[in-house]
Amino acid sequence: MKIPITLEVDGEPRELSVDTRTTVLDALRERLGVTSPKKGCDHGQCGACTVLLDGSRVNSCLLLAVAADGCAITTAAGLGAGAALHPMQQAFIEHDGFQCGYCTPGQICSAVGMLAEAAAGHPSHVTASASAFESDGEDGEDGEDGEVLLTDDEIRERMSGNICRCGAYVNIRAAISQAAAHAAGADRSAVPHPHSRPAEEGAS
Amino acid sequence: MSITVSPSATNAGLTRIDGPAKVTGTAAYAFEQPVESPLYLHPVQATIARGSVRSIDTSRASSLSGVVDVMTHENAPRLADASDAEYAILQGPEIGFRGQFLAAVVADTPEIARHAAGLVTVDYEVSEHDAELRWDHPELYAPEQVNAGKATDTATGDADAVLEQAAVKLDRMYSTPWENNNPMEPHTTIALWNDEGLTLYESTQGVHPVRMAIAPVFGLPPDDVHVIAPHVGGGFGSKGLPHANLVLTALAAQRLRGRAVKFALTRQQMFSVAGYRSPTIQRVQLGADPSGRLAALAVDVVVQTSRIKEFVEQAASPARMMYAAEHRRTSHRVAALDVPIPSWMRAPGECPGMFGLEVAMDELAEELGLDPIELRERNEPEIDPETGKPFANRRLLDCFRLGAERFGWDRRNSRPGSRWEGRRRLGIGVASATYPYMRQRASSARIRYEGEGVYAVHIGAADLGTGTWTTLTQIAAECLDVGVEQIRLQIGDSSLPMATVAGGSSGTASWGSAILAAAGRFREEHGTAPEAGAEVRVRSPRQLETEGLSMHSFGAHFAEVSVDADTGEIRVDRLLGVFSAGRIINPRTARSQFLGGMTMGLGMALHEQSVMDPRFGIVVNHDLAEYHVPTNADVRDMEAVWLDEFDEHVGPLGARGIGEIGIVGTAAAIANAACNATGIRVRDLPITPDKLLG
Ligand code: FES
Ligand code: FES
Repeated sequence: MKIPITLEVDGEPRELSVDTRTTVLDALRERLGVTSPKKGCDHGQCGACTVLLDGSRVNSCLLLAVAADGCAITTAAGLGAGAALHPMQQAFIEHDGFQCGYCTPGQICSAVGMLAEAAAGHPSHVTASASAFESDGEDGEDGEDGEVLLTDDEIRERMSGNICRCGAYVNIRAAISQAAAHAAGADRSAVPHPHSRPAEEGAS
Repeated sequence: MSITVSPSATNAGLTRIDGPAKVTGTAAYAFEQPVESPLYLHPVQATIARGSVRSIDTSRASSLSGVVDVMTHENAPRLADASDAEYAILQGPEIGFRGQFLAAVVADTPEIARHAAGLVTVDYEVSEHDAELRWDHPELYAPEQVNAGKATDTATGDADAVLEQAAVKLDRMYSTPWENNNPMEPHTTIALWNDEGLTLYESTQGVHPVRMAIAPVFGLPPDDVHVIAPHVGGGFGSKGLPHANLVLTALAAQRLRGRAVKFALTRQQMFSVAGYRSPTIQRVQLGADPSGRLAALAVDVVVQTSRIKEFVEQAASPARMMYAAEHRRTSHRVAALDVPIPSWMRAPGECPGMFGLEVAMDELAEELGLDPIELRERNEPEIDPETGKPFANRRLLDCFRLGAERFGWDRRNSRPGSRWEGRRRLGIGVASATYPYMRQRASSARIRYEGEGVYAVHIGAADLGTGTWTTLTQIAAECLDVGVEQIRLQIGDSSLPMATVAGGSSGTASWGSAILAAAGRFREEHGTAPEAGAEVRVRSPRQLETEGLSMHSFGAHFAEVSVDADTGEIRVDRLLGVFSAGRIINPRTARSQFLGGMTMGLGMALHEQSVMDPRFGIVVNHDLAEYHVPTNADVRDMEAVWLDEFDEHVGPLGARGIGEIGIVGTAAAIANAACNATGIRVRDLPITPDKLLG
């Protein structure tokens, strides 16, 4: 069965009709020719297909296209401002945060989404305590305004849904730290990327 | 000889030329190549391990709207050469392993193809199968030779007699499991047949090797097969040669001339048709005098192959050259099972072989009360014990010395289980690494001056994450003495000059030598102010006379682990690799490649294991949720450094290659550190928490 839908992809509205079984990932790659998100497993196990959906990171292989009707999708190809690379992308290049590059667009979308989550105070498994996002200032893990301080442990934990078989993790972490510092310098409350909505407050 | 370290690698070296395309995702991998109205293929795989197809019912699949073709062994085109069982796809009803392709559906969309493939039903003639490797398997045999053309067995002196009388004797069994390469980009083909021949967009480590392998299978002249692969999403050996997925896609495309057919293996399918590392069972015997000098060494290895095609992992081979011992014996025995076909996985032979040997060395050091590095110093051979030739450049001990200092080896407490931090036990371990220098076959390169300062450099090389786009550009710029921005490199296309496979850590050295030779010829013929259009095409010169030398890279791994005393959970807190690999062309990308190898070694140590259920002949954990590879959280403090070298024996480029040595020995260093932390000696990988609960 085919259903007409509209997806806003990297700022551009795209109309298409999709098989109800088609994932967002396949709609992008096979129907719209947007091949920036990659398919590494098709089962939500590798993160190569990560895109930002209305500002939040999602595995696009796990999402049916019909369910994403009307949503705004940002891929790594649309993160930068025009021809300029997003600071996260620049940091990945400088720190050599990839080798074959196949996991990379997913890593980068995931990292950008992750910075927004941390800025909004979402705790992770390694965040010292639940109070870390209540800004009690006692455990040193949290910044001001409920922001989570992105230590190496926080980055490791929050980025572990994105597998890199080439093993670029050391450099991925260095790149994300640099981009996080850049984002913190630019604006303490928001991570700049287009098409984003402010992340929800508090824990997810 | 002084030891100098490379400049702090992080910030040195050109950033990747393909970087912007990779970080935006606009670099086109095989499945992403633009082709007109493509069709999608989905295979039907055998669900028994051995037997044959009695009948196959495709009627429901064929009648589904959107299905264009259903192909089985009854209607598939005949191959011109079906002598290689891996490529003899749909040529008959026989089934050699579970997961073998039995049919393919081609449809307008991937959803329809997949649905239709599920509608094909197969009636089997089931034969008894055997999918279980055992040390005492009754049908073990000695193959004619093992991978890389090496001898099956070797013997010098009388190892068994000397072992019998040795003052200190160690006799241990080790094992490494079935492991799958699992590059992030699946094995992928787009095939198109038309009047010009067969065009293949293929995820491969070598466009020319694919052409040479596939042209005879289809009875085509090589020039009629055009292979294109500008960007490759990792391979680690599994894309070194084409696999069944390519043949299946090309067969479908042959029936559907003029239409492009696309097929990407699913992650699950990759476990049965894309190659893997055979499990190994190793018996290591060491006999030493009280000072730790080895008098005798014997390594016997059992591996598996598929009954339909032989591949024998040469896991005993590093023991032949690693340490001095007058009496030595090595052997390989193999069981031909009803299992998928094993193949190359990063450092075949050395990688699993150096697990057993290097843990055994640690055990011997413990037995002798010797420092493990000291034990290796006492057994440093003056000449290659296997061949009797001098080593061109053996700097193993330099790697250990430098690493010991950087890592803080002196902080190790030799008494296992003596360091605690809260409820965690801490330990440090080492292991050696080695990888042979592969004498290169020749590659060719073309250089053309395009005018306005721009030089086009053409070679059919591959970049599977190895940095080829960047390093070959650098080499060309350096040899032509121009800026890197003046070089326009083209790789990954079989219409470019012939290049060897990106394998055996030989790619950059082979291709770089061709470019270096071409640049020299270009300047000779056209000078420094060439006319636009001036061009040379050069085959890399013959290998220097190095037959009299034993040429290997070496390294030392240092690991620190912590083990939770209550749960057995192990973390690798620190890893340091020190390498001697000849000249490093680009420190930035080289460091990444070393670290990548070490990361995969960490996975081998702690996580990776394809679990075969012998009742069904299937790897049951055939996806990335259950076949664990390292994630970001597994990798903590990790560093790779190297000795500042230029290997004059390998030619003017001075580089021996770095793709594989990073994984060799890592798992042993981690296992040795785990033993230092807990006193528990794990001899069977992976080191899962249950094994560390004493
Ligand atoms: S392709 Fe979506 S998570 Fe792997
Ligand atoms: S760069 Fe190759 S998988 Fe991450």
